[in-house]
Amino acid sequence: MVYLTRKAEFSASHFYHNPNFTPEENRRVFGKCNNPNGHGHNYTLEVTVKGAVDPNSGFVVDLKQLKDVMGREVLDALDHRFLNKEVPEFFSNIPTTENLAIAIWQRLAPKLNTAQLHRVRVYETPDLFVDFYGEA
Amino acid sequence: MKAHLTRRYMFSASHRLHSDHLSAEENRTVYGKCNNPHGHGHNYMLEVTVSGPVDEQTGMVCNLVDLDGFVGSEILDRFDHENLNLRPEFATEVPTTENLCIAIYEIMKRGFHKAHLDKIRIEETMMNSFEYAGE
Repeated sequence: MVYLTRKAEFSASHFYHNPNFTPEENRRVFGKCNNPNGHGHNYTLEVTVKGAVDPNSGFVVDLKQLKDVMGREVLDALDHRFLNKEVPEFFSNIPTTENLAIAIWQRLAPKLNTAQLHRVRVYETPDLFVDFYGEA
Repeated sequence: MKAHLTRRYMFSASHRLHSDHLSAEENRTVYGKCNNPHGHGHNYMLEVTVSGPVDEQTGMVCNLVDLDGFVGSEILDRFDHENLNLRPEFATEVPTTENLCIAIYEIMKRGFHKAHLDKIRIEETMMNSFEYAGE
């Protein structure tokens, strides 16, 4: 079994707000992230796939195909978007880095037919990242 | 859905690697430059990884304000700009980065209960790093 990681970057804006909370609760729980006008990040995405090395190609996965799937399923949908307003997963879910990692996993997993998705890592800043392994 | 969240922090501290169980010559052989009696310092990069179910109301594994608050008061305030050899945590242990990982893990495990503690990882320099996950 060999693991392969591909990186990509995207930039997006978001804000945190739960309609079930009072305005005071939203401000207390989410702090500055509750500003309804939103704010942005340069996100770094790392997608790790795993599989056996194909004896004919020497590849775990066709990198071109992985890059195309990441581009089509993730970057085209998220890059330079306001996550709360333009990405359906976040019309009701809060676009935290945790939920972003889960959403990216769910977008990629059904489309990667030549390798098995192992981990989605999303850096919101260099000092904060979330890993999702598809665990329930 | 279970997610794993990692936060990075920086702190600077001095230390000297020296064991009372070894002779002066053995200490120099084992620890090399790190045995210099006056000590030396590092900019440590600390990574704290916690995990848990993503809360449906907040979308979070744990609130970063809680994690930053705990690490700030219990880890960074304790070790930043300190001489590790003079800290009670290292009264009987050599302040290697291995032992620093274990000490920080134990403090976090005892006092931080907002999410499950997965792992402590410390880069002593850009060229070496250490991890402890309670094994």
